[in-house]
Amino acid sequence: MTTLNPRARGLYRFFAGLGLTLAAGTALADYTWNFPKPVTPIGRDTLSMHNQFMIIITVLFVVVFAIMIYSMLKHRKSVGAQPASFSGPRNALQWFWVLVPFAILLFIDFVLMGIPAFHAVIDMEDTRTRADMVLKVTGLQWKWQYEYPDSGIKFVSTLTTPRAQIEGTEAKGENYLLEVDNEVVLPIGKKVRILLTSTDVIHTWWVPQFGVKRDAIPGFLRETWVRIEEPGVYRGQCAELCGKDHGFMPVVVRAVPEAEYAAWVDKKKTEMAAAAAGSDKAWTKDELMAAGKAAYDKNCAACHQAEGQGIPPAFPALAGSKIVNGPLLSPDGKLIPDSHVDRVMNGKAGTAMQSFKATLSDADLAAIITFERNSFGNKKGDMIQPAQIKALR
Amino acid sequence: MNTATHALDPHGAHAAAPTGILRWLTTTNHKDIGTMYMTFSLLMFFVGGAMILAVRAELFQPGLQLMKPEFFNQLIGVHALVMIFAALMPAATGFANWMIPLMIGAPDMALPRLNNWGFWLLPPAAILLTLPFVLALFGIGDGAVATGWTLYAPLSVQGGIGVDFAIFAIHILGVSSIMGSINIIATILNMRAPGMTLMQMPLFCWGWLVTAVLLIITLPVLAGGVTMLLTDRHFGTHFFDAAGGGDPILFQHLFWFFGHPEVYILLLPVWGLMPHVLSTFTRKPTYGHTAQVWSFIAIGVLGLVVWAHHFLTAGLPVPALLYFMYSTMSISLPLAVLFFCWIATMWRGAMSFETPMLFAVGFIVLFGIAGLTGLVLADVAADAQYHHSYFVVAHFHYALFTGGIMGVMTGVYYWLPKWTGHMYSEKLGKLHFWLTVVSFNLTFMPQFFLGLAGMPRRIPDYALQFAEFNAISTVGSFILGLSQLIFAYNIWRCVKGGEKASDAVWEGTSGLEWELSSPPPHHSWETQPVSKA
Repeated sequence: MTTLNPRARGLYRFFAGLGLTLAAGTALADYTWNFPKPVTPIGRDTLSMHNQFMIIITVLFVVVFAIMIYSMLKHRKSVGAQPASFSGPRNALQWFWVLVPFAILLFIDFVLMGIPAFHAVIDMEDTRTRADMVLKVTGLQWKWQYEYPDSGIKFVSTLTTPRAQIEGTEAKGENYLLEVDNEVVLPIGKKVRILLTSTDVIHTWWVPQFGVKRDAIPGFLRETWVRIEEPGVYRGQCAELCGKDHGFMPVVVRAVPEAEYAAWVDKKKTEMAAAAAGSDKAWTKDELMAAGKAAYDKNCAACHQAEGQGIPPAFPALAGSKIVNGPLLSPDGKLIPDSHVDRVMNGKAGTAMQSFKATLSDADLAAIITFERNSFGNKKGDMIQPAQIKALR
Repeated sequence: MNTATHALDPHGAHAAAPTGILRWLTTTNHKDIGTMYMTFSLLMFFVGGAMILAVRAELFQPGLQLMKPEFFNQLIGVHALVMIFAALMPAATGFANWMIPLMIGAPDMALPRLNNWGFWLLPPAAILLTLPFVLALFGIGDGAVATGWTLYAPLSVQGGIGVDFAIFAIHILGVSSIMGSINIIATILNMRAPGMTLMQMPLFCWGWLVTAVLLIITLPVLAGGVTMLLTDRHFGTHFFDAAGGGDPILFQHLFWFFGHPEVYILLLPVWGLMPHVLSTFTRKPTYGHTAQVWSFIAIGVLGLVVWAHHFLTAGLPVPALLYFMYSTMSISLPLAVLFFCWIATMWRGAMSFETPMLFAVGFIVLFGIAGLTGLVLADVAADAQYHHSYFVVAHFHYALFTGGIMGVMTGVYYWLPKWTGHMYSEKLGKLHFWLTVVSFNLTFMPQFFLGLAGMPRRIPDYALQFAEFNAISTVGSFILGLSQLIFAYNIWRCVKGGEKASDAVWEGTSGLEWELSSPPPHHSWETQPVSKA
C-alpha cells in the first residue's frame, strides 16, 4: 500500500504524460505538481494513497470518455449514422454488460479505495498509543501559541514578514509569509501528540509535509500526532478562514536531532526564567515605553494600527480612546471593570479583542498598557509595573 | 372604474392586463415569472462574477495590491452567496416556471400568486446581501459579511452588521425557495395531462421534484441555524459558544445538513435537463428513463446523510469519519448510473452538435472531473491534505460551474428559440462555448495543483511558490468572465429578433412542449392535452 509497484508507476507516468491527469504530474519527484515531500508516516501514506487514487480516477476518466468520444465520432449525423431506437437493456446479455461497470465501481469504491482508506484513517486517528511528548497548539487571531507541558515552555509565534514586503515597496524574501519569530522546535523520530484549541474563532493547523491538518476549536481540545523523520524546517499556514489576517498566520516547525532539541529546551527555559524575573523588578518608564512599543507592534498593531488609529468600527482607535484615557486602577489597586487594563488582560467577549492574559508576560502587558497610555497623542502620564499585573492575575 | 370590472371578468382580463412595469410587478403568468427569474439570474451572474474578478485580480501576484484583507474576505463570501442563491437557484426556478407547465400540459403553475410573491422576494434579498458594501462607503458598518458563505461560528458571532444582513437575506431567500418548491410539487402532482403517469413524466420534471423535496427538508434547518446565530449575536444565547455550554461544530452540522443537499439542489434540475438535450441531438430515445428517476431519488436520499464530509478535519470520532467516508463514496453509484445513461443515450444515435449539444457534452466531461475528484475527497486521510485548500476550490467549481452554470447555459440555448420564437446566433453560441470551456479549465485546473502544493483557500496573499499558477488562473478567469458578455449579447439578439424558429425547433425533439407554437401563446394548454406516452 505504501509504495507503488513498477508497473503501476509506469502506468502512472503514462497517463500523467497524456496531460489528462487531474492532479498528477510529469514525475512523482516533481512536487510542483503534487504534494510537497512528506516527512511523516501519515504524510507518506497519504501521498501514496493519493497517487493510487489519481491513477484510478484517471483510468476511469480516460476509459469512460474514450467510449463517449468514439461514439461522438462514429455516431454522428454528418457521417450518415442512423439513430437506433433502444432505450434500455433488452436481454440477459445486455443486462450483464450494463451491470459490469457498476460491479467494477463497487469494487473500486469499497475495496480498491475503501480498504487503504480505512487503514489510513485508523492510523491517522491513532492518538491512543503512547506518545513520547505533547505539544499544545492554541490558535489566536492571528498567531499561534505553543506550549510544551513536559518542560513548561510556552511562547507565541507570529509572522515576521515586514509590511513593506506585503505592500510591495520592498522585494519579497524567500520565505515570504511563511516566516515567524519563534519557530516550534520538535525532535525527530519521536511521536509527538499535538493537542489543539483556540481562544477566539476556529483556526486550522496545517503543515503540508506532515500530512496533518486539524481544526483548533475554541472551548474544545482536538488531537492529532506527528513523527517527523527528517531534520528540516517545515512551513504551513492556518487553513480555516479566521478573520482579517487569516492569510498571515504561518506555522513553522524546525525538526532537529534529539540532542539539539534538549539544548534548545535548556536555552528556552533560561529565557523564560529571565522573563519571569522581569515581573518582580521595578521598571523605569523609559524601559516600559521601549518594551511597550516593541510588544505593541507585534501584538496590537495588526488591528489598532501602528499609529493607534485603528480600523473603525471593527477595530477601535486607541488615539484619544475613552477607555485608554480612563483611570488606570481603582484607588485600592484593584481592576476596574471595562477599564483599559481590564480590556488588555481579559479582552471583550464577542469581538476580535482577545484576552492577552494567557499569552503575554507580566512585563509585556505592563509595557503595552504604559505605552498605549502615553502614545498616539494620549498623555496620561501614568504607568503600571509588571508586579502590579502579576497581582491582578 | 371600467378596468376594475374588467379585471374581475376572466375573459376580459387579457385586454385589461396592465402594461409596462405594472405588468411585471403583478403578473401571475408562469412564462412572465420564468422570464423574470432568468433575467434576474443573468444579472446576478454578472454581479457575482465581477466580485470574483476583483478577487482574482488581487491574487494575480503575491502581495496586497488592490484591496485590504477585510474587503477580500467580504468579496469571496458574497460572491458565493450571490452565485448560489441569486444566480444558480433562480435560473433553475426560471426553467421550472417556463417549462414544467408546458411539459406536463398544465395551463400554469398550481399557485400563480405564490409564484409572483416568490420571485419578488428575490430582489430585496439580493439588495440585503450587497447593501452593506454601499453602507460602508457612507461610514455605516464595516462592510458585507466577511466570513465566507459558510458563516462559521464563532467568526460570524464576531462579525459586523454584514452578518445580520446576510442572515436576513438567507431567511428571505429561503422563504422564496420554499414557496417555489411547494408550487412545483403541487403543479407536478396535480396538473399532469391525462395519460402521463409519474414514472413517464419528463426527467426535467423529475429532477425538479426531487430538488423541491430536498429544499423543503433542508432550508428550514439552515434558517434555524442562522437564527440561532442571530440570537447568539444579539440576544445572549450560547448555541455556538463553549463558554456557555454550546459547541461551534454544531453550526457546521446545521449548515452542512443544508449545504450538502444544496449541491444536489443546484445540480438535479440540470441532470433532469440533460436527457432531453441528448435525446434531441442524438435523435434517439432517452436511455434508462426509469433508472435515472431512481438515481435522482437515491442521490436525494444519500445527499441528506453525508453532510459531515465537509468538515472531516474538525476532529470527528473515528466511527463518524468512517461512516461519512463510505456513505459519500456510495453516491458515486447512482451518479455513475446517470453518466452511463447519458453516454448510452449518445451510443448509436445520429448526433449533431449545435450549441446546446456542445454545452451538454462539455458538461458531461467536466462534471466527470468534479465527480471523480469528489470520490478521492471522500477519503478521510487524503482529505486532510485536500481540505481547506485550493484543491477543494477547484473541485467544487468543476461541480458548480460546469455542472451548474454550464448546465443552465445548455438549457438556455436549448429552450431560448422556444421562448422567443427566434433562433440565437449559432456562430456566437459556439464561440461562447469554446471560450468558456478553454478559459474555465485555464482558471481552475491550476487550482488543483495549487491545492496539492499546499495553498490554503480564502487567503488574500500567498507565498512565492504559488505565484505562477495563480497568475495563469487569473488570466483564465478574466477570459472566462469576458466571454460571458457574448452569452448575454446572444440572448439579447435572440429576444430582439432573428430567424424564425419552428414549433419543434430542433429535429429530434419529442414531448408536449414542442407541440406548442414558438413562442408559445401567453396562455397555453387552456385545453388539456392528452399525453401520448
